[in-house]
Amino acid sequence: MTGRNTPGPRDIAVVAFAQTGHRRSTEDSSEVEMLMPVLHEVLARTGLKTADIGFTCSGSSDYLAGRAFSFTLALDGVGAWPPISESHVEMDGAWALYEAWTKLLTEDTDTALVYSYGKCSPGSVRDVLTRQLDPYYVAPLWPDSVALAALQAQALMDAGHTDEAALAAVGARSRADAAANPYAQLKGRVPQGDYVVRPLRTGDCPPVGDGAAAVLLAAGDRARDLCERPAWIRGIDHRVEAHSLGVRDLTDSPSTRLAAERAGAFERPVDTAELHAPFSSQEVVLRRALRLDDSVRVNPSGGALAANPVMAAGLVRIGEAAARVHRGDSDRALAHATSGPCLQQNLVAVLEGDPR
Amino acid sequence: MPEVLSAPLVVEFPFTRSLGPVQSAFLTGLRERVVLGVRTTDGRTLVPPVEYDPVTAAELRELVEVAPTGTVTTWAWNHAPRRGQPLTTPFAWVLVRLDGADTALLHALDAPGPDAVRTGMRVRVRWAAERTGAITDIACFEPHDGEPVRPGGHTGAFEQPLTGIVTPARLDYTYSPGRAQSAYIDALSARRIVGERCPSCRKVYVPPRGACPTCGVATAEQVEVGPRGTVTTFCIVNIKAKNLDIEVPYVYAHIALDGADLALHARIGGIPYDRVRMGLRVEPVWTEGARHPDHYRPSGEPDAPYETYKELL
Repeated sequence: MTGRNTPGPRDIAVVAFAQTGHRRSTEDSSEVEMLMPVLHEVLARTGLKTADIGFTCSGSSDYLAGRAFSFTLALDGVGAWPPISESHVEMDGAWALYEAWTKLLTEDTDTALVYSYGKCSPGSVRDVLTRQLDPYYVAPLWPDSVALAALQAQALMDAGHTDEAALAAVGARSRADAAANPYAQLKGRVPQGDYVVRPLRTGDCPPVGDGAAAVLLAAGDRARDLCERPAWIRGIDHRVEAHSLGVRDLTDSPSTRLAAERAGAFERPVDTAELHAPFSSQEVVLRRALRLDDSVRVNPSGGALAANPVMAAGLVRIGEAAARVHRGDSDRALAHATSGPCLQQNLVAVLEGDPR
Repeated sequence: MPEVLSAPLVVEFPFTRSLGPVQSAFLTGLRERVVLGVRTTDGRTLVPPVEYDPVTAAELRELVEVAPTGTVTTWAWNHAPRRGQPLTTPFAWVLVRLDGADTALLHALDAPGPDAVRTGMRVRVRWAAERTGAITDIACFEPHDGEPVRPGGHTGAFEQPLTGIVTPARLDYTYSPGRAQSAYIDALSARRIVGERCPSCRKVYVPPRGACPTCGVATAEQVEVGPRGTVTTFCIVNIKAKNLDIEVPYVYAHIALDGADLALHARIGGIPYDRVRMGLRVEPVWTEGARHPDHYRPSGEPDAPYETYKELL
């Protein structure tokens, strides 16, 4: 169905997804030791070997590891000999997936391996994330990630879009759904807790944890060979907003809306949405930007409020959405990933299964 | 299996950054207790100012002074201040739109408690006693009941403008090298060198990292290697590194330890630098209390034939 005679871009699908059990600390493993099982799992699911993979792309952050060029050590787990075609993004693996999707569009190759990982346990992730802020006007004040999300939450409350009870309900629903997710870190009934930075309470914030994820992409008939029901990427786009928080309307996410529009999300309703909303208040913003109503199953995995391995949590959203298509639980799913403070950068993918 | 090791790791760096003309004017202004914004082509005033319009990307240069008083547009109560944050006592994070500005600045608000803070409240800048030209020259904001302060109409031209800033950054980690490297380090403390054998290609890697970089599979089988080895290649270092207590020139070499299929690197001592050669047989020299060999020295054996190490180059 995809060939050089066919007009338009070729069809590309997620054909396999694997993730680690996300845990508060994995200090008994190095990054590569944590990552290898998920790499092996996606390969085993498709029967592919490293040598069969046309392109490999990863996402991670040196600031989490506290070490320069940390991703090169993780390459040991891929088996980079004979030499492979490889790239890395210093971002969530969802953006590595975007790069791999672009590579597959060029028709240079039919398969791509995407992985990402993050160990938050060695450092303080609240402080680590301050290093992505404007280094002149903002970073010297060390506003941690919860503080910035709390500013956004208060703006939402002032605008009448939510209140503390509604936010608590988001957290409770997420952790209740996560009870059925064997990989989730925080599940079941979790107390809403005290304020971390008011108005956000413990229950509004993601757990701090370590984890990794891997996804295999394949094009056209190759995808059908490797997966019974491929999750076709019908559209994917990512957009960024101004760096300065004071320039943005924190109650809205125009970048998410635009990415969704370009990804074709509004052309037909979706039945599932995996949203990368590390804070309960961010789900409120995303639901509005994506025009999701109660007919859409939002974060059946529990989302980032149940497991938030930084740099992998966005890729996990794409993987979870794809896995629902693989299983037949979804026919058309939206997956979203975010990066930066207060939803600064957003990626939206639309995944579909073949009609049944 | 020995316990997985961990140790404190501090990453600290004084980032030195140059300033563009607008950033320079803004930060120099803070030093002089003047808050400057920049005018966009559509007539808005951005504070803090940037050199390029965040919407149109047009270059911006027109500086305009705004008031040190303003209005809170959103806030969050921080009951447990963290290291490096503007105040050590509980405070509110605030976005403040200064009078005369169209955008908001992030900073801290000194207030007695969350009940004293609300969106829309009036605040004013509290200047730091000592100012260097940094965002922290604003010590914080404080509640302000009076009239808006009228800006003085400063043009943004200063006699001694800043051209750069230094922003120190420090992050604290607890580093853990994982299972394979812990075992390697643990063996070193008993003056043994252990590698791991790949179950697939059977090569022995040292130091082991828990994975075969060729096959991409986990390694677990420990193999003791060395202590003697063969120099496979080397270089002569002629420039002394800062804080390095070794006289130059010295030799840095790849050494294939006996039984290993990957060369590790170390310094060669006990021989004049110009007599080190490929194939030289060496052994480790441990110094008292050291956690790894200080260097390798000639073992006195005849040189190894090229064929015995050519695959390890």
